[in-house]
Amino acid sequence: MPKLVKDGAIVDDTWVRLDKPEGDATEAKVPAGQVIVPLSVWKAQREQLKSRSDIGVWLDSDESALELGDDAKALPLVAVNFPGFMDGRAFSTARLIRERFGFTGELRAVGAFIRDQLCYLSRCGVNSFRFDDEAADLEAAKQSLKDFTEFYQTGVDQPQPLFRRRA
Amino acid sequence: MYIYDQYDHEILRQRVAQFRDQTERYLKGELSEAEFLPLRLQNGLYVQRLAPMLRINVPYGMLNSTQLRRLARIARDYDKGYCHVSTRQNIQYNWPELAQVPDILAELAEVEMHGTQSSGNCIRNVTSDQFAGVAPDEVVDPRPYCEIIRQWSSFHPEFAFLPRKFKIAVSGSELDRAAIQVHDIGLQLIKSENGEVGFKVLVGGGLGRTPVIGSVIRDYLPQEHILTYLEAILRVYNLHGRRDNKYKARIKILVRAMGPENFAAAVEKEWEHLKDAPSTLREEDIVRAKSYFTEPDYTTLDDASAQASLDQQARDNVPFSKWLMRNVRQHRVAGYASVTLSLKPTGIAPGDLTDTQLERIADLAERFSFGEARTTHEQNMVLADVRKSDLMELWLAAKEYGFATPNIGTLTDIICCPGGDFCSLANAKSIPIAEAIQRQFTDLDYVYDLGDLDLNISGCMNACGHHHVGHIGVLGVDKKGQEFYQVMLGGNAGNQASLAKVLGPAFEAEQMPEVVQNLVNVYLENRTEEELFIDTYNRIGITPFKERVYAKAS
Repeated sequence: MPKLVKDGAIVDDTWVRLDKPEGDATEAKVPAGQVIVPLSVWKAQREQLKSRSDIGVWLDSDESALELGDDAKALPLVAVNFPGFMDGRAFSTARLIRERFGFTGELRAVGAFIRDQLCYLSRCGVNSFRFDDEAADLEAAKQSLKDFTEFYQTGVDQPQPLFRRRA
Repeated sequence: MYIYDQYDHEILRQRVAQFRDQTERYLKGELSEAEFLPLRLQNGLYVQRLAPMLRINVPYGMLNSTQLRRLARIARDYDKGYCHVSTRQNIQYNWPELAQVPDILAELAEVEMHGTQSSGNCIRNVTSDQFAGVAPDEVVDPRPYCEIIRQWSSFHPEFAFLPRKFKIAVSGSELDRAAIQVHDIGLQLIKSENGEVGFKVLVGGGLGRTPVIGSVIRDYLPQEHILTYLEAILRVYNLHGRRDNKYKARIKILVRAMGPENFAAAVEKEWEHLKDAPSTLREEDIVRAKSYFTEPDYTTLDDASAQASLDQQARDNVPFSKWLMRNVRQHRVAGYASVTLSLKPTGIAPGDLTDTQLERIADLAERFSFGEARTTHEQNMVLADVRKSDLMELWLAAKEYGFATPNIGTLTDIICCPGGDFCSLANAKSIPIAEAIQRQFTDLDYVYDLGDLDLNISGCMNACGHHHVGHIGVLGVDKKGQEFYQVMLGGNAGNQASLAKVLGPAFEAEQMPEVVQNLVNVYLENRTEEELFIDTYNRIGITPFKERVYAKAS
């Protein structure tokens, strides 16, 4: 089973991620078990999928957290995708999902992000990391979460800016 | 000046360790070229034409003598004995070895300096007025706010992978010396009618290949809201700025596409959610930031008598009087003056400094200006707090070290990017053009008679030499492998910001001194008594200049 970094530990990835449907999102088949569906499928099949407790939703980098909105709260998992690691929209999207919509479940980064982004992603509220790159060194990635232990700004992890915490 | 505490030191120590690890992984082949690229850029490291270039932040231009000496040591130990003052007040080294960069950053961290976010698609070093805190026309000292913004933007987790680079400038005076209208965000500190401090907020200005003057999106933002408001602007940009084409990715393109009013509305909407969050500044936070920028220990001086002896010295010594006229300016405090050390003597690349010169500036700063110096975006250095009675002594020393060229603000005080001699982006060389023009205008009295005249040269359309806002702008272009120079007229970087217009077809390098001479001649023949070059241009338009230059050239 593929592995990922979650809450600072290396664990099995028990979720399956569904690709964006080529055709009509209402027709897309969502298998049984833990499935992360694309936003379009969630929107098209929201009524049926809402009754399941094993459905997560992933947002591509050009999809807004506002489109998922308050739906996030009831989900066990939301994922933000990096089509390329230089596309930094997921950093803002993650914060919005946590801070605007009060999501407390698993917020997962998926796609082409790199290890060196983990610390910042974690500050934006992401708590699990599933690399597209199967060869990614998860042990090293885990360490990167601790690249910095002190920060100037607020984040999902630290609601007070340093200037309010300085002695 | 800001002084690091244990938090600042710890964060920077962790940054150096992180980059050391990243560099080692890259050298071992564990990190790909593409992955290492943004990581090294965000630590200031470019790969240039001949060697890497390392850009070191000088936050809002402030340096102390310890830092100057460390910069000198680095120039000597890791470079070829010199460095370069950039057009954004930073320091650049042109010859470091990649493998040694982590060591350089560690040496800098010891003196509270770094290259963090000095390049890459992130929030860059915040720049300001080189006369902050000492200018007579200052409304509010911008430096405490610059420091607050510096800390907020450093290692910001949400905005490290923006669509493109992002530059913020802050001005606190009536006259804008920080070019806030041509920055991604320009902030002007103002006082409301009841004396409260706030910001006028401009967005979407910038030079580069699509020069734009910024739009005001808020006339007055109370000071305590600055960080949450910046966060709202950056978030709108991060989510909506174009990422499909790097030439259309700057915030100016987004602001133009949405329209400044719609952009402002989107920011206000985002800000509703962020307003009054814990990043809102309390009175004590502002007081704390200000406590680092208190007045130095000025002596109470008799300005009238200091000025009288200075006037006498000036009458007795013509070269000294010229230097006073061009390189020395009024200070807010009686008996003091601010001095600009010219880094533009003819024959030296504009803004270049040797290791020895850096140490000399450190000495001069200690002797004459409370141990501090400042870089300017015009690529000179400033000693901000000099006693008028010390000016003669300072002038003699500055002359000896090569800083006393009395040309500040004149035609030969050229803003110039490193150009094709160093930069891999450049289409053409810029330094030799600057030198050729300087050699055309060696008669100082002639240059003084021309008065204030900004000549800015960029070696490519990325516009590091700010050619769009020069009274005369020069842009290096490449035509079928040959270098040519396009000339523009009528740009202005200050309060009356304007973008220069293209004069006509480009010229060969050899023609450039004559072209500039022709432009100057048209000005001299047409000016009224009070007019500067830019005024005459604004009155008579581009046509007379065009006719003269192309009549001669053809």
